[in-house]
Amino acid sequence: MFEHLRLYTRYFAVSVRSQLQYRASVLMTMIGHLLVTGFEFFGMWALFDRFGQLRGWSLAEVALLYGMANIAFAFAEAAGRGFKIFGKMVRNGDFDRILLRPRGTAFQVGAQHFELVRLGRLLQGLAVLGYAVVELDLIVSAPRVALLGSAIVGGACIFTGLFVVQATVAFWTVESLELFATVTYGGVETAQYPMAIYRDGFRNFFTYVIPLAFVNYVPALAVLDRPESFGPQWLAWMSPLFGVAFLWLCLQGWRVGVRHYRSTGS
Amino acid sequence: MRAYLAIFGARFRALLQYRAAAMAGLVTQVFWGFVRVMIFTAFYASTDAPQPMTLAEVITYIWLTQALLRLLPWQPDTDVEQLIPDGNVAYELMRPLDVYGLWFARAVALRSAPMLLRCLPMLLPAYLWFGMGLPASPAAAVVFLVSVLGAIVLSAAITTLLSVSMLVTISGRGIHVLSISVINLMSGAIVPLSLLPDWSQPVLTLLPFRGLLDTPFRIYLGHLPLDAAAGAIAHQFLWALGLMLLGRMLLQRALRHVVVQGG
Repeated sequence: MFEHLRLYTRYFAVSVRSQLQYRASVLMTMIGHLLVTGFEFFGMWALFDRFGQLRGWSLAEVALLYGMANIAFAFAEAAGRGFKIFGKMVRNGDFDRILLRPRGTAFQVGAQHFELVRLGRLLQGLAVLGYAVVELDLIVSAPRVALLGSAIVGGACIFTGLFVVQATVAFWTVESLELFATVTYGGVETAQYPMAIYRDGFRNFFTYVIPLAFVNYVPALAVLDRPESFGPQWLAWMSPLFGVAFLWLCLQGWRVGVRHYRSTGS
Repeated sequence: MRAYLAIFGARFRALLQYRAAAMAGLVTQVFWGFVRVMIFTAFYASTDAPQPMTLAEVITYIWLTQALLRLLPWQPDTDVEQLIPDGNVAYELMRPLDVYGLWFARAVALRSAPMLLRCLPMLLPAYLWFGMGLPASPAAAVVFLVSVLGAIVLSAAITTLLSVSMLVTISGRGIHVLSISVINLMSGAIVPLSLLPDWSQPVLTLLPFRGLLDTPFRIYLGHLPLDAAAGAIAHQFLWALGLMLLGRMLLQRALRHVVVQGG
C-alpha cells in the first residue's frame, strides 16, 4: 500500500513536471476550462434569475449540488485520465508494456497522465461551493464538513469507476465509445440539479444503476436540511460506501477485460 | 471557383461516410436533449409569471439545437490543425489555389455534412415522440432554411478564422476551449437567448454568434416576423463576410512570416 502511494507520487511528479514545460499553454487551457464551466454556471444563474426558483430549490442550494458534482468529477478526471484515453493505449499496443511491469494494471493506467489543466474545473467547483455556503449562511460544523467531504470522495470514486468501465469496453471494441459521455459528462450534468426534477426512469437509472444520487443528492439534502427525505437519515453518511463498492465492481469488470485482452500487435 | 466547388464536394462526400459515428453520436444527442427538456420543464413548472417563450417553444428549440449541433464552429478544421505543428502547411502553399479559399471551402463541408447526417434521424423521432413542434408557417419554414444556410456560411467563416489563428499560436488548445464556451453560450446552445437577462440582449444581438442557432430558430418558431427575418439574415451574411475578410487578412499577414521547419 505504502509502496503504491510512493509510486503514485512519482508518476504524479513526472507528469506534472512534463506539463510544466509548457507553462503558458497549461495556464491558458486551465483558464479556458475555468471559463467553460463558468459560462455554464452563468446559464444556470440566468435561468434562476428568470424563473426565481426550481421546484422549491434556490440557486444557492442548487449551487451546492453543482459544486459537489464538479469537484468530484474534477478529481476523477485528473486521476483517471489514463482510463479516459485508454482506447489509444490498446490501439498502439502500449498496454503490452504495462502488462510486463510488476504492478497492477489498473493502478498503472490510472496513475498515468495526471492532467493539471483539469484543476480549472476543480477551482470553479470550489468557488461555486463557496458561494453556496456563504449565500445560505451554512454554519461550517464538523458533521457538515464530514458529510460534504465523504460525498465528494464517494462521487470521485463513482466517476473514476465510470472511466474504468469506459476503458474496459475498449478491450473488446479497441475504441473508447462516445456513448459513455452520457454517463460521465451526462452524470455531472444530471447531478447538478436536484434528482426530484427528473422523470422516474431517468432518476432510477442514476440512483440504482449508477448510484450517483447517493453521493450527491442524498448527502446534499442532509447538508441543506431540506424538507424532502430520501430513505433513512443515516443513508446520507453512506456515500463513500456506495462509491467504493461501485469502483470495486468496476475494477472486477476490468480484471475480466484484462484476461480477454489480445494485443493489436506491433 | 470550380476548383473550390470540387474541393467542397470531395470533402462533403468524404464526411458523409462517417455514418456509424453519426449514429453513435445520435444516442448521446438524444440523451442530452432529454436532460435539457426535463430541466426546462421543471423550471417552467416553478413559476406562473409569463415568459418570453412558452415551454412548448423551448422544447422545440432544444430539439432543433440537438439536430443542428454539429453546425457549431467548435474547433478549427482538424486536418488543417494537424498540418500546422508539423510544417506540412508548406504543401498547402504550393497548390495553385488561394489558401483561404481552399480552407474555407473545406470548412463549409465540415460544417454542413456532419450536421446533415445527424439532422434527419434526430428530427424525425423528435417530431413523432419527443414533443417537437412544426414550423410556424410554410413561409417560416422556407425562410428558416435560408437562415440555416446563413448559419453554415457564418460557421465556416468562424472555423477558418480559428484555423488561421493556429498559424499564429501553433498550439491552439487554449483558444479552442475558450471559443467553445463563448459560442455555446452566445449562440443559444445552453439557454435559448430570449431567456437570458434583458440587459444582455443588445450585446447578444450585435455579436455574430446569435446567427449560428438562435436566429434560424426564432424564424422557425415565428418569433421573428418575416420582414424582421430579412434583417436577421442580412446580419448573418454581413458578419460572415466581415469574418471572411478578417480571416483572409490575418492569413496573408501570417504567411508573410511563416517559417517552415525543415527536416
